[in-house]
Amino acid sequence: MSLTPYIVLSAILFTIGAVGVLTRRNALVVFMCVELMLNACNLALVTFAKQHGNLDGQVAAFFVMVVAAAEVVVGLAIIMTIFRTRRSASVDDASLLKY
Amino acid sequence: MTAFWILSPVMVLAALGILFVRKAVHAALLLAVVMMSLSVLYLVLEAPFLFAVQVIVYTGAILMLFLFVVMLVGVDASDSSVETIRGQRLAATLVGLALGAVLVLAVGQVSLGAVTGMGAANADGNVEGIAALLFTRYVFAFEAIAALLITAALGAMVLAHRERLTPKQTQGEMAAQRMRDYAESGKHPGPLPAPGVYARHNAVDTPALLPDGSISELSVSRVMQARGVVRSAPALADDIDPIARQLGVPDQDPARAPETSGKSGAVTDTEEDRA
Repeated sequence: MSLTPYIVLSAILFTIGAVGVLTRRNALVVFMCVELMLNACNLALVTFAKQHGNLDGQVAAFFVMVVAAAEVVVGLAIIMTIFRTRRSASVDDASLLKY
Repeated sequence: MTAFWILSPVMVLAALGILFVRKAVHAALLLAVVMMSLSVLYLVLEAPFLFAVQVIVYTGAILMLFLFVVMLVGVDASDSSVETIRGQRLAATLVGLALGAVLVLAVGQVSLGAVTGMGAANADGNVEGIAALLFTRYVFAFEAIAALLITAALGAMVLAHRERLTPKQTQGEMAAQRMRDYAESGKHPGPLPAPGVYARHNAVDTPALLPDGSISELSVSRVMQARGVVRSAPALADDIDPIARQLGVPDQDPARAPETSGKSGAVTDTEEDRA
């Protein structure tokens, strides 16, 4: 039993997340796609942990989860703040620095 | 591998759905599907601790946080389909397909060799093994991540906090303001009228009737007026005659004759009397 299908699934999920970040306009959905990419990486880490028979991959996946939690908390607070001032959750509307 | 072949199409379809659904709530729910399936895959990959953490932290906490913010920002804050950069969507899709092809092909060509399995590593239990690693080799990373979490919590508090610029109004001040409004502009100081309460229909989307038969705008919420879901109270009385005929009530009822505006209530009274 090879574990290659797991890695392929992880690659597919990562790609879908990346395309989502590039195409979606809603900041919340962009954020969800980032979470999807982090999850795909976690799947690869856990798969490799099983492949090599040690727990370091699982510990790394655990750290990724903690970082994702911290990132979500701050990111959502930023989205809330932007929404409060600009009444919009679109990533295109926060473009004042461009001009 | 059975669980994998069942769950992986579900996960890929749900992930693709995130790209195409218009509403953020639906995207969050599809993401929940992906994360729950992923947690089952962790179980298959002999990582029971990560299975629990995935369900509790990711699906339970992070995704609920997403849903909270979706509710705060507004459920109908859907994406606009207008492209700000021309051709950006097509270009992003092409780049994504190229990335996916490279990743899948590269991964497919690597021969991973025989699977070692977690038998030896999980011999003392998965949670014990992870704890032993966390508190020995990764103890500095563990400390740093604790600092990161505290910083994130503080940062969220600072970002989400809003300073009160004006003092909070007390109840006495609000009462005085109401009476002042009444003296200056004649605004009614009492509570707003309740929505219409009729014998056969009783809901917040039905305006109350004034003594002259016209509807009271104040009795229904402005939100419902903006949505255009306010019902017309006189229209509710339109089908009274057919129903009265079905029930065998004589069409010319003396109790109904003096009523003009509140006729639905009057008829149902007589219906109850006869029943």
